[in-house]
Formats: sequence, C-alpha cells, structure tokens
Amino acid sequence: MSKPQPTSRQRAGRARLEHARWTPLLFLAPAVLTLLAVGIYPTLFALVTSFRQYNLVRVRDGFPFVGVENYANVLMDGSFWNALGVSGRFFLTVMPVQLALGLGIALLLHRPGWGFMRAVARVSLVVPLATTYAVVGLLGRLVFNREFGVANQFAGWLGFGPLDWLGSPSGSFAAIAIMDIWQWTPFCALIFLSGLSMVPVEVEEAARLETTHPLAILRYVQLPYLLPGLTAMLILRSADVLKLFDMVFTMTRGGPGTATEVISILVQRTGFRVFDMGTASAQAILLLILTVVLSRLYIRFLYREIA
Amino acid sequence: MRAARLPGRLLHLFGLLAVFVFAVFPFYWMISSSFKNGADLLASPPRWLFAPTIEHYQAVFADQKVTSAIFDSLVVALCTTGLAIVLGTPAAYALARFEFRGKSDLWFWFISNRMISPIVLALPIYLLARNAGMLDTYLVLVLVYLTFTLPIVVWICTDQFRSIPHELEQAARLDGVNQFGIFWRIYLPLGLPGVAVSAIFSFIFSWNELLFALVLTRRAVQTAPVAATSFMSGYELPWGKIMATGTLIVLPVTIFALLVSRHMIRGLTMGASK
Repeated sequence: MSKPQPTSRQRAGRARLEHARWTPLLFLAPAVLTLLAVGIYPTLFALVTSFRQYNLVRVRDGFPFVGVENYANVLMDGSFWNALGVSGRFFLTVMPVQLALGLGIALLLHRPGWGFMRAVARVSLVVPLATTYAVVGLLGRLVFNREFGVANQFAGWLGFGPLDWLGSPSGSFAAIAIMDIWQWTPFCALIFLSGLSMVPVEVEEAARLETTHPLAILRYVQLPYLLPGLTAMLILRSADVLKLFDMVFTMTRGGPGTATEVISILVQRTGFRVFDMGTASAQAILLLILTVVLSRLYIRFLYREIA
Repeated sequence: MRAARLPGRLLHLFGLLAVFVFAVFPFYWMISSSFKNGADLLASPPRWLFAPTIEHYQAVFADQKVTSAIFDSLVVALCTTGLAIVLGTPAAYALARFEFRGKSDLWFWFISNRMISPIVLALPIYLLARNAGMLDTYLVLVLVYLTFTLPIVVWICTDQFRSIPHELEQAARLDGVNQFGIFWRIYLPLGLPGVAVSAIFSFIFSWNELLFALVLTRRAVQTAPVAATSFMSGYELPWGKIMATGTLIVLPVTIFALLVSRHMIRGLTMGASK
C-alpha cells in the first residue's frame, strides 16, 4: 500500500493522538504473536507435511519429501471429489430452504401485533444456534431412528411409511440436512430480521399507504435492505458447510458408505483413521485455499467501507 | 398503522406459534427423552405422555466420566476465555484507536479466522503436540481454542471501544495518564459490556467444540462433547444416559446464549450485520 504524504489535517490528527510509533505494536503484540504461534505456524507445518510421505502407521520409513505426489493422489482419488460433491450438494440443499424459511420467519417477526408472542418466538430462535453441534448429531440419531424415532411418527402422520433414515444413503443425507436446517434457519431469520428493521419506519408506512400488497412492499421497499445480509449469509454458510464436522460425525460418521462424507469428515478420516497425515495435509491445504477465496470474497463484499 | 383484520391476525399468531415450536421442538425432545424410562424410550411409536423418571441423571452423576468431563470442559472454556480477554482487549484497543500501516490487513486477518475449518489446524497441531508430548493436556486445548476465541474477542471489543468518546482519552492525557493507564482505567471499564459479551461468546464456542478435543485429547482430559460422543459405541445405545448428558451440556450454554441473544448475530457474523 503506497501512502501519499500526510496532509496537514492528517498530521494534526496524528498529533492529537500523540503516541509513539511503536505504541500500537505493544498493544497488538500479544494477540498477534499468539495467533502466529497457534494459527500460522501449524498451517505452515501442514503445508510442509503435505509434501512429505507422512504415514503414522509406517513411521519406520521416515518422512521423506515426495514433492506433489500427495496432491496428485488427492486429485486423482475419487473420495476427495466425492466429499466436495457431498459438501456442495449439502449446501445447495440446505441453503435455499434456510433462506426461504428464514425470510418467512423474519417477516412474521417483523409484522406488528402480538408483541409478547413475537418476543418469545424471537428469543426461542437462539436455542438452536446455541445447541452444541455434537449433541445435535446425537439427538439426530434418536430422532431419525428407524424403530422408535419421532421423525417416522411425523412421516406416518403425513402419510408415508416408516423410512430407514440413517440406514440408506439418501435418507441419512436428508437427515443431516434436516438437522442443519433446524439449527441454522434461525441464523438466516435473525439476519433478515435485522435487515427489515433497518427500513426507515416512515418509508415503510408511506409504502403501505400506496399498496396493500405485501409482495410489492417486499420487492420495492424491503429488498434493498436485505441484500447485504443475503451476501453475508451465502458466504458464511458456505464456509460453515466446509467447516461442518461435529454434527455429521456424531450422527453418521460420513456413512453409510460415503453418502454423508463431507469434506471435513474426509480429512479427519484420512488423517486419524487411516493415519496418512501427508495425504490428509494435502487435502487440508486444498480446503484452506477454498476457504481463503471465500474469506476474500466476504471481506470484499462486506467490509468495503473499511478497506 | 392500520389494524389488520382478524383472520390475518390469527394467521400471524399461528405463524409465530409455529416458529416457536420449530425452534424448540428438538430441544424439548432431548429433555423429555432424558426423563423417560427404558421402555418409554424404545416405544414405537414414540410416547408423548409418560411417567418421568430421574434414573438417567442418577446414573450420569454416579458415573464419574460425565461429571469429570463437565469439569474438564469448564476448565478449558474458562481458561481460554480468560486468556483471550487478556490478549485480545489490548489489541482491540489498538485497532479501535490507533492509525498505523497495515491496520486493515491485520483486521482482515483476524476476521478470516472465522472461516477456517478446524480440521486444517487439527492435523498439524496433533503432530506438533505429539512431538512435544503435549497431547491429552489442558494446555493444548486452551491454546488451540485461542484460534477462534481470540478473533471473536478482538472483533467485538474493537467495535465497543470505538464507541467510547475520544474526549475522555484526551482529558486523561492532560492529567498525565500514560497510554496503558488510558486503556486500563478508561477503555476496559467503559467497554465492559462488550468485553462481557465477547467472553460469553468465547465460552459458548469453546464449550461446544468437539473436533479439536476429539483429536487432541484421550483419557487424562476429556471434554463433555467427547464424553457424550463416546457413549455411541456398541449395539445397545444407552439413550437415556446420552440424552441426560446432552441436556447437561446444552442447558448452561443455552442460558448464556439467551443472555446475549441480542448480540447473537453480531457474534456469528463477526459484525457484518448487527
């Protein structure tokens, strides 16, 4: 970043703050050094490992450098693409539902009337968000149990027979999707709600005098205020799907077969059940690259004013 | 605004009730299952009305495993939260009040930590901790959890410190208070609400964490989510015990989360929307 010579006003501003050049450094150093040590250093170590043969079952072979062999193996191997595919399909399944339900809930909560009930419903949305992800998965095992799960009772009321949710590939995919929709729809609803509450009251009331059609108000008055939140949700939720581990691990362990093996589950399996750390590191670095792209997008679209 | 007509109002009420049921049902199902006896748990179709029993809670408290896991979780979550506050608040003060080169890059670096998948760090940290003989200790978890607790503290506190008026700082400076005194005696006390919110968030996130704990600890340290997961082996699953443990894990964080419910979205988006 090239900086022009400070103008007189900037200089005055700096003089007003009157601190030595290194003062900020002193305040920042503890946090920055810690994050370098626990975040960046291990990442670099993973990068190095990804170019080695690093198998914990065959330690006697040592950990020789193998160049890009691990990356080649990962990219040629179907399981990596399968996991990316599962994660992608998962995102494309849950996201539209979460957005639609979230918007509906936000509109219900935004609409005047029933003040107490609205407050209760709004607060209750926090419950799914706070529930320990691992416990969500355990609960999913019970809810979707073939014999005594409550999900099959609901299915029966809706008129279709008992399903073997966790025993079949599509069933277990649906089950983790449903648990995710339960847990993260409130996130979308609350972001949409905060967007709706940014619409100036006068503007919304004036629009309501013009038209009684709620869709018209949504499209022409409220939508512009919802868009920044929408961008945030799309990027953060896609990062969350790449992070998704706890709930799937406790619910299906990626199975049956690899039907629910999302990307983090695959990396964990390669590293800690096959003990092939070299290959797992290569997978992790590829995952990291995806994440960095996402976070650049996030910053680009959402923090433009600071940058 | 014009009062809506009756059918519309009823529909609205019905919708709000549906939202409430949707949000709370799985939570309710977990708690109610934890009070069912063995036969009620395995009944098909599931029983909605049953005679409650506390046998599973008695079993859980009799079994050292769960109580000591909850203790371990508490130790780890409190230590990492305390460290994150000590390390993070000065950085937040610097980001809120100083101008320096590379500030926005630093800021973005803190924020990007929100996106990084824990498995990316879990692999190398496992190998490093293994070589250093630090596996299965409180310390390794406390340090690793800083990768997500520190950014959240920095973010929320920066936001909070920015809202403290400059004039206070200038007045203190005229009185000869040094830079650290200004941070310690003006920013920390006045920014306390933000500090508290960020502490609650980092506690919740650490308490809920499974992956790092699963990979980095074995016997000496076992956090509550890991203990709950460990019941899931074998053919006959102790559902009552699992649900009682789940309830014990989730209940405290839910109460905390309700305390910060107004800030929930800020915490989860790193401030992109409020």
